[in-house]
Amino acid sequence: MAVDETLHYRAPVWSRLRGQLAGYGFLSPWLIGFFALTFGPAVSSLYLSLTDYSLMSSPRWVGAGNYVQIAQVDPRFRAAMNVTFTYVLLSVPLKLIFALAIAVLLNKGLKGLNWFRAIFYLPSLIGGPVAIAVLWRQVFASDGIINQVLMSVFGYEGPSWIANPDTAIYTLVALAVWQFGSSMIIFLAGLRQIPQDMYEAASIDGASRTRQFFKITLPLLTPVIFFNAVILTIDAFKAFTPAFVISDGSGGPIDSTLFYTLYLYQEAFMNFRFGYASALAWVLVAIIAGFTALSFFSAKYWVHYDD
Amino acid sequence: MTSLTLTDIKKSYGPVDVIHGVDLRIEPGELVVFVGPSGCGKSTLLRMIAGLEPISGGELRIGGQRMNDRPASERGIAMVFQSYALYPHMSVRKNMSFGLETARMPKAEIGQRVQKAAEILQIVPLLDRKPKQLSGGQRQRVAIGRAIVRDPQVFLFDEPLSNLDAELRVQTRVEIAKLHADIGATMIYVTHDQVEAMTLADRIVVLRGGKIEQAGTPLEIYNQPANRFVAGFIGSPKMNFLEASVSRRIGKEVELDLAGTQLVLRNDDAVAFGVRPEHLKVGADCGTSLGQMTVTHVEQLGGQTIVYGRFPDHQQIVATLDGQRSVTTGDQLPLSADLAQCHVFDAEGRRAAALAA
Repeated sequence: MAVDETLHYRAPVWSRLRGQLAGYGFLSPWLIGFFALTFGPAVSSLYLSLTDYSLMSSPRWVGAGNYVQIAQVDPRFRAAMNVTFTYVLLSVPLKLIFALAIAVLLNKGLKGLNWFRAIFYLPSLIGGPVAIAVLWRQVFASDGIINQVLMSVFGYEGPSWIANPDTAIYTLVALAVWQFGSSMIIFLAGLRQIPQDMYEAASIDGASRTRQFFKITLPLLTPVIFFNAVILTIDAFKAFTPAFVISDGSGGPIDSTLFYTLYLYQEAFMNFRFGYASALAWVLVAIIAGFTALSFFSAKYWVHYDD
Repeated sequence: MTSLTLTDIKKSYGPVDVIHGVDLRIEPGELVVFVGPSGCGKSTLLRMIAGLEPISGGELRIGGQRMNDRPASERGIAMVFQSYALYPHMSVRKNMSFGLETARMPKAEIGQRVQKAAEILQIVPLLDRKPKQLSGGQRQRVAIGRAIVRDPQVFLFDEPLSNLDAELRVQTRVEIAKLHADIGATMIYVTHDQVEAMTLADRIVVLRGGKIEQAGTPLEIYNQPANRFVAGFIGSPKMNFLEASVSRRIGKEVELDLAGTQLVLRNDDAVAFGVRPEHLKVGADCGTSLGQMTVTHVEQLGGQTIVYGRFPDHQQIVATLDGQRSVTTGDQLPLSADLAQCHVFDAEGRRAAALAA
């Protein structure tokens, strides 16, 4: 029986590979970066998390020992979790609300919009680096601007917000919220996407501005809110620099600004417990993955996608 | 059923005037169509009536009450948008009841109204769907349903059919006409499509450059266009305009020289001669002879044959002939027309009152 040769024809392997080569060529900077700087270290940290490793001697296999210690006996892990969750659960919603509120104001089509947008975005542009955290230390110090204002306006002598373990974390939350610019820009873009005639229909339907905001704007903005929330949550879990600078790397006073990543850093680079630090890192990965998965799962109940 | 009165309505954006003093009275239960080319101000006028655009000058009365500064929701109107403007995150039922819920109407009554409107529009099975699950025609019905449940005094339609395909457009057009006949509400309908205007309207308002060019019943507009613009805008293919020159005056009568043919007309300053393509006949014995046409292009529509051509002085002319004609490019056709169906326009484009051979 004759078989139709053309049905089984495939180009020789080499010629197919050559066709794909250009694609991989363009991808190569990213591929090299990923394998050399991300994937390799990630795999070795997964291995190290199962060992006792101080950089001086070679790693010693301890199995799940590090993880057991994290889960059962480490008080500073609990402190770090406490601080980090407080930070995430406060800064993310506040930042979202703040960014959205400013975006809604800016979207009203006021004069000089571009200037305001640039000004509000400025803290985010210069926000990441150490300089801002140093500035923040000055603002919330016992003789800082905040207390000077409190003194001159209310005659109230404020505490040193940063030196007080009860308030230190909130200065970091405030710093995070102040850097709302990039979320705001994304919200602004989202607001622009909502068709004007939706509001016109709603105004004919008699909906007040407030009702329009809660019944039209907010639901139609949920995909953007969701996006911002996921990105901000991941960022907040990973936050390191502000706490490091404000507490001089100690996470103090009394571990009140001991961000999870700061604790991880201390274990690795101050106590030289690389195995334990690696285990901490993988616990954080699991927490972030869990949170993100939860967000995506919840999305189907509250995020509205147009198509 | 409510009347609308527009008195010297004006709209300007800064120094730019876009509506220049419109006067119009719309009778209770009337379906008025605003028609005109893009940028003529028809949508702006509608949006001013709706309360979506502030009125710069003049007075708007709905049902005898001054409405200039009342918010849209208090004018007793409902609007169907070109884009439908359905709330994408709400079900059809929610879309239709949103306005009623805003007005805090009792739930039971909302349910009844939505059900009744959905029955009229035959969209009961769609009530729990989201807009994205509907076809264009179904979305259009929901948009109309959202207007009906409000039980408005005036319905406003802003080019509601322009996003539908040709077949659905005809079908929905018929349904809107039926809806108007059934509920008898006052309706204002904006379109740039003259067929929609002719088929739907009790009265057509032709707009250009922010002014009313003519308001009248469809046949008035067709038979007695006020000016050259209206004559050219309504009718397809558009009316032929032939440059004519006055060759002789005898008292009140003038003799026109039209492409070499002499016509005697009872008018004293006619400069353009208008005849609709469908009023042209082939043959010398069907009215007044207009001249010989040289055919340059033929379109066979089956029921009609559209013939494009030129007169000896190279003026272009289009004739719509009944049935299927065996005409080919290069043929010479003697054209004639009943002068009672022809029009003469003066230098400003105004239509001359009387015309007789």
